Amino acid sequence: MTAATFTGSGTTTQTDAERRPKRRLRPVRAILHAFLIATCVVWIAPVLYALYTSLRPYADTAKHGYVSVGGHYNLTNYTNAWSEADLPLYFKNSAIITIPALLVTLWLASMAAYVLSRHSFKFNLLMLMVFTAGNLLPQQAIITPLYKLYITIPLPSFLSDSGHLDDSFLGLILIHVAFQTGFCVFVLSNFMRTIPNEISEAARVDGASEWRQYWQVVLPLCRPALAALATLEFTWIYNDFFWATVLMQTGANRPITAALNNLTGQFFTDNNLISAASMIVAVPTLVVFFALQKQFVSGLTLGANKG
Amino acid sequence: MASITLSQPGRRKRLKRYTARDRTALTLMGGVPLLLSLAFVWLPALATVALSFFNWTGIGGFSDMKPAGVENYRIIFSIYPEFPPAIEHNLLWLGVFFVIPAPFGLYLAHQLNKQLRGSRIYQSILFLPVVLSLALVGFMTELVFSPTQGLVNNLTGHAGQHNLIDWLGNPNLNIWAVLIMACWRQTGYVMILFLAGLKSVDPSLQEAASLDGANEWQAFRHVVWPALRPINIVVVVVTVIESLRAFDIVYIINQGTNGLELLSTLITANIIGETSRIGFGSALATILLVISLAFVLPYVYTTFRKDTRS
Repeated sequence: MTAATFTGSGTTTQTDAERRPKRRLRPVRAILHAFLIATCVVWIAPVLYALYTSLRPYADTAKHGYVSVGGHYNLTNYTNAWSEADLPLYFKNSAIITIPALLVTLWLASMAAYVLSRHSFKFNLLMLMVFTAGNLLPQQAIITPLYKLYITIPLPSFLSDSGHLDDSFLGLILIHVAFQTGFCVFVLSNFMRTIPNEISEAARVDGASEWRQYWQVVLPLCRPALAALATLEFTWIYNDFFWATVLMQTGANRPITAALNNLTGQFFTDNNLISAASMIVAVPTLVVFFALQKQFVSGLTLGANKG
Repeated sequence: MASITLSQPGRRKRLKRYTARDRTALTLMGGVPLLLSLAFVWLPALATVALSFFNWTGIGGFSDMKPAGVENYRIIFSIYPEFPPAIEHNLLWLGVFFVIPAPFGLYLAHQLNKQLRGSRIYQSILFLPVVLSLALVGFMTELVFSPTQGLVNNLTGHAGQHNLIDWLGNPNLNIWAVLIMACWRQTGYVMILFLAGLKSVDPSLQEAASLDGANEWQAFRHVVWPALRPINIVVVVVTVIESLRAFDIVYIINQGTNGLELLSTLITANIIGETSRIGFGSALATILLVISLAFVLPYVYTTFRKDTRS
């Protein structure tokens, strides 16, 4: 009751206070808008430039210059990049790596987070630290032994061309899972702690096992956090360049983000083609950005807010 | 400490309620992810340190490993010509990230947190580079700074042969071209983190301050800034980690050579390619590992200690 009256009076003073300075502040606001618009123009310029260049044939930009208007505008660069460099193959590789890695990461992380957030074992703190700190290490700090480890672990030939964990899809999926689980455990265990204990308590009284409490009670309640993490992790795994560059030697097996580097110089000789290829590679992340920006941002901030 | 002892009896009581199946389930649920993290992240991290004291071409088996003492480190610090520029560039990266994206991201977040018309559009545009991969930012760098075909030189009229500015080839310039594009991406990231932090600052506090006659700077300095402390720590950690991880952009441009040396590219160069020097690369990686752990461990430790207390 007191709280309600307080907010009630609060809003009136707020509108009064806002209305008066607003008139006075208008020029300041206008300057602010001008500044923000200018900043945004600068910010979007590289992307627009790439988009613009990708729509022009090389012959035209060679004749008129890159910063110019005129000549033809078409999608030839896109069709050329798509077919000549066999981009569908690399998209398929990306899918083979990203989708399983994403699902397994979320599954493993949610299990670990369940154990860590619903139970208070003595080693919980240590485990959380192992997961979170592991995710924060620079990849290059562990790559040397990891690479040696990968070329010594044997795999059946249908899983790997090299006969070992390196140069295989499984190897890349594994390192993504191991690395990204840390961040997801951190976020999910924070989220699960906000779910009231009474809910699983009730399930326990009804005789639900730990597994059923996790799978049927807690996990469904984590949907918003899982959606946010899925968006974020999809982007991160899809965007990976380093693991794929070092651990996948066969060019034809590389995911698209890493493959693009080999393809430039080989197929993509001018900036028009590179622009088109870059735009194509950006499409999945841009779709995520425009469709799921809210989830993406909340995934990032779920992690940050608690820290 | 006290809280742990207090919770002890309760814990034991609960433990008794676990059936054998529950115990197996919990062990597997926590154990499998933990083992993965230990085997593929922490074991290699420890092995990095161990291998740094050996000489190993990596071609033969373990029999080729020869103890080297601190020889690898001695070489790195005395005669390895790429090491000083790499450290310099990593420090420069860190410094620039602290000086430009961090305050600018905070400034943008503070402005966009006001009830501003079009705030969502501004946010989306500024945030856009964050969803692009760093590798793609590397290609963008080439597009923007390419000497003859790039945006910058064509806009400023330096694309001709007589007054060409070689942004990517000149070893004194290229790190700056790369840093500009790295900041392009980092600013949006920092902005989003700060925006989330600002949402948790009670707006009535700011109102009260402005009613008391504080100007915008004073209200920010004395009301908002102190409330942002937790997010500041996150931003510091993100800034440090991102500058230590810097790799993709420079690797796309020239694999981290000719003015773009970084610790991460030196490590990579020592394991892939013709001359694989596992011990030497590991010594470089250990240096990177120690620097990052010096930031990560205190951060993680204080975060979770605070967590368990509350």
